[in-house]
Amino acid sequence: MGGMSGMQLGDIVPELVLLVGGVLILLYALFVPARLQDAAPWLALVVVGLAFAAATEMLGGPEELIFFETYSTDGTAVWGKIIVLVVTAAVVVLSAPWFRTDSRRGEYYTLLLFSALGAILLAGATDLMELVLAILLSSASGYVLAAYHRASRAASEAAMKYFLLGALTSAGMLMGVALLFGLAGTTTYSGLSEGLAPGGTAVIGGAALVIAALAFKMGSVPVHQWMPDLADGAPAPVAAFITVAPKVGGLIALARLVIVLPESEVGWRPLVAVLAAVTMSLGNLAALWQTDVRRLLGWSAVSQTGYGLMGVVALGRSDLAVASILFFLAAYALANVAAFGVVVELRGRASLEQYGGLAKARPLLAAVFVVAFLSFIGIPPLAGFDAKLTLFAAAIDANYSWLAGLAVVNTVVSIVYYARVMAPMYFDGLPSPEPVPVLGAGAAGATVACAAGVIIAGVWAEPLLSSFMDAGLLP
Amino acid sequence: MLTVAIFVPIVAAIVLALRPNPQGDESTARLRTVATGISLLPLVIMVVAWARFDGSEGFDLIESARWIPTLGVGYKVGVDGVSLPLAAMTALVFVASIVYPVDFRGRARQYFALMLFLEGVSLGLFLALDLFLFFVFWDLSLVGMYFLIGAWGHGDAQRSALKFFIYTLAGSLALLLGIIGLYLASDPRTFDMEALIAQQPLPARGLYSSLVFLGFFLGFAVKTPLVPFHTWLPPAHVDAPAPASAILAGVLLKMGTYGFVRVLLTMMPETFARFAFPIAVIAVVSIVYGALVALAQTNIKRLIAYTSVNHMGYVLLGVAAAAAAVSGEADAQRVALTGATVEMIAHGLITGALFLISGSILARGHTYEMDEFGGLASRAPTLTGATVVAAFASLGLPALAGFVAEFQVFTGTLSIYPWLAGIGLLGIVVTAALFLRMLQKLFLGSLPEKWLRFPDLDRAETAALGALLALVVVIGVMPAWLLGVVDQTAGRLLGN
Repeated sequence: MGGMSGMQLGDIVPELVLLVGGVLILLYALFVPARLQDAAPWLALVVVGLAFAAATEMLGGPEELIFFETYSTDGTAVWGKIIVLVVTAAVVVLSAPWFRTDSRRGEYYTLLLFSALGAILLAGATDLMELVLAILLSSASGYVLAAYHRASRAASEAAMKYFLLGALTSAGMLMGVALLFGLAGTTTYSGLSEGLAPGGTAVIGGAALVIAALAFKMGSVPVHQWMPDLADGAPAPVAAFITVAPKVGGLIALARLVIVLPESEVGWRPLVAVLAAVTMSLGNLAALWQTDVRRLLGWSAVSQTGYGLMGVVALGRSDLAVASILFFLAAYALANVAAFGVVVELRGRASLEQYGGLAKARPLLAAVFVVAFLSFIGIPPLAGFDAKLTLFAAAIDANYSWLAGLAVVNTVVSIVYYARVMAPMYFDGLPSPEPVPVLGAGAAGATVACAAGVIIAGVWAEPLLSSFMDAGLLP
Repeated sequence: MLTVAIFVPIVAAIVLALRPNPQGDESTARLRTVATGISLLPLVIMVVAWARFDGSEGFDLIESARWIPTLGVGYKVGVDGVSLPLAAMTALVFVASIVYPVDFRGRARQYFALMLFLEGVSLGLFLALDLFLFFVFWDLSLVGMYFLIGAWGHGDAQRSALKFFIYTLAGSLALLLGIIGLYLASDPRTFDMEALIAQQPLPARGLYSSLVFLGFFLGFAVKTPLVPFHTWLPPAHVDAPAPASAILAGVLLKMGTYGFVRVLLTMMPETFARFAFPIAVIAVVSIVYGALVALAQTNIKRLIAYTSVNHMGYVLLGVAAAAAAVSGEADAQRVALTGATVEMIAHGLITGALFLISGSILARGHTYEMDEFGGLASRAPTLTGATVVAAFASLGLPALAGFVAEFQVFTGTLSIYPWLAGIGLLGIVVTAALFLRMLQKLFLGSLPEKWLRFPDLDRAETAALGALLALVVVIGVMPAWLLGVVDQTAGRLLGN
């Protein structure tokens, strides 16, 4: 690698586009009069579009470590970029009407693009310092996004919880990085895979602290508590973004990290399996009791993280592992943004009672909810089914059949709370004859497009799946 | 051709779902005509398929396309002598159910859309020759039924719908684990049924094979349903609208028993043979338990629901006898499997008709309690005639379809599991008693004053029931055309 690993700006065009675009939008927002601020989301869409085009160009390209082995251009990283960018584009469209009356709506898009950049860097980082940078960029912008409605108590509370847990895990992560650096003498993953001796408690401690920071990003146990609060309290488009984009980056970052850790008797595999098991179970059980659709979606997002972690458990033992992680992320991202998109389009309505009879008043939005929920459950031919099929197969292939069995039990439990939303929408009458207010065609279009994506990715899975099977995961 | 039968109703359902609701009775009637016309197309196709069918070797009328080759998934449909009659019966039961009048609750369009959607996916399930495709249709059928019960059911419909959804989805996830287990063992990895049958990927013994078998068994047993996995069935049936009940009993339950034949008997026959006896015992428990509990019912629909548990027990007893590892009984096993398959057809037609009848009774009398009725024979002769034929067919009277099936099941099983067959015969005695009691309470005795103006069946009801029951009589009187098709395949499945 040595000679190849210098500065290769051509390999980070999507990242550069996001960075420069974010700065340009900030300048635009600062110097342009208020009446022209509405152009900011259009600019953001252009930036995301350019980055997306650059990222898709990289598909099937050379998979190597660049920048002195600190960053990867493998297929997994490229797909991570693509998923994050698709999500970002949808969230930009959802945000435009939501923040229309906010006087600071210009800068919002800079923060959104930087947060997306953080998630993308997470997915590609192959060096502990790079990982730290990515987590901090993603988190710092996320805190501000969550608290963007300054006047809202719920938003402040959610952002505060998000920030406190984030600060705690970030501090721990820095200690963990220091420990691992001290043990291996290097921070690059390729160096760690050679330099770390198996079994030492310092290795376990250091790795655990870094994993905890990634667990925070994904909303995995034991630092998942922010997820339901943020889903409920943060601006709904921000909730759509932060329940998805950091999870994409975080899960891929975790996958990269664990494969360089030594597999001793008590290795990372059982640890991640336990995280998966507890996360999916806890998220599901907590979701059962929710009477607030947004909190319910937050807990459902926690449980979904648990399913995704099954793919990490299978890394190195099943040739389906990487593909299952990527398919899960794509399916989850589309379905979750679609579900939150309905909430956005309904102007953030949260109480379960208000969803009664929605199928009569807003049949299309009700249908989007059903598609998203059935995809979460894993009903074919939606994308969530292909995700669960590959995850289960990978887990069984890796001798973790018990985990697949537990995931099945959890899936059955999850029907109860998804049905608690679907049933009143279709089986009950409208609570009041007044029309259901919505935001507008743009947001509806974005959420319907995501739901259509869930169906298309499920039925026409071959192109995605064959590309995912070819995607490498470099240490 | 088979693909058209599957996807025309599904596409029509999507188109219907996207159109605005009709206003007034006239447009609702027009909608019913359109839906009936669409539902007739698969029936016509199945008749043509029957004429073209050649069951001499393997699957026939195969249509296939690439789908997800990376995972070894293909789109592949075709028929053999087991799936062809089931698919044809499915198409007929759907036509009868779609014609049947029902309270639309102001949502006729969505109702017909869901019925057509269910018709497409049910046909797809019986015609699928790829396990992935099979599972897609399997899950979609239960999602469709969930919304059908929840939106047009009565009583505690939402609760019954949820119970149905949870139970059957739990079963279908067990099935999914079984499918994955079989898939991972195949080499090269594939979901193609023909390839899996040729590969026989799993050994007869071992923990892995047993667990895979258990997954399939649970999935199929919940859907069938076998005691003790049947508890979702009575509430779902009682609270569902009558045509949905007819489809649930006539078509959806068959998916479970069909799975035993299609998957376990052909892809894991040696493992099935190891577990054949315990499964036969469960089947006999279902027969006796279903019959006795049905005997205790006063609610007509609940009574019919429990006789379904009883009849599915006959089917599984036949299948288990066919799967057993006994030597020198090849002919008996073949007869048992043929009988089990014919029982699936007969039960679909007969119980479909019985559930539709229960809907007619509810629409007129607003109750399912048979003690409320009496002497209806004088007021509603057509209803009485249809019920008598259906009930006698269900209790196994000779010259009707149920007899042909049950006779074969017991003849075959007697050579394999004589004791179990003997106990199972008790079920026939009990069902005879309970159906006779039901007929007596509904149609004989004195007519209560409130039913003096009890209307008889209307034209649509008469036509739907007439079609189903005519076939019941035809199969009972001259079963050869059906037995020939089934028996040839049954012999091949059992390797002789």
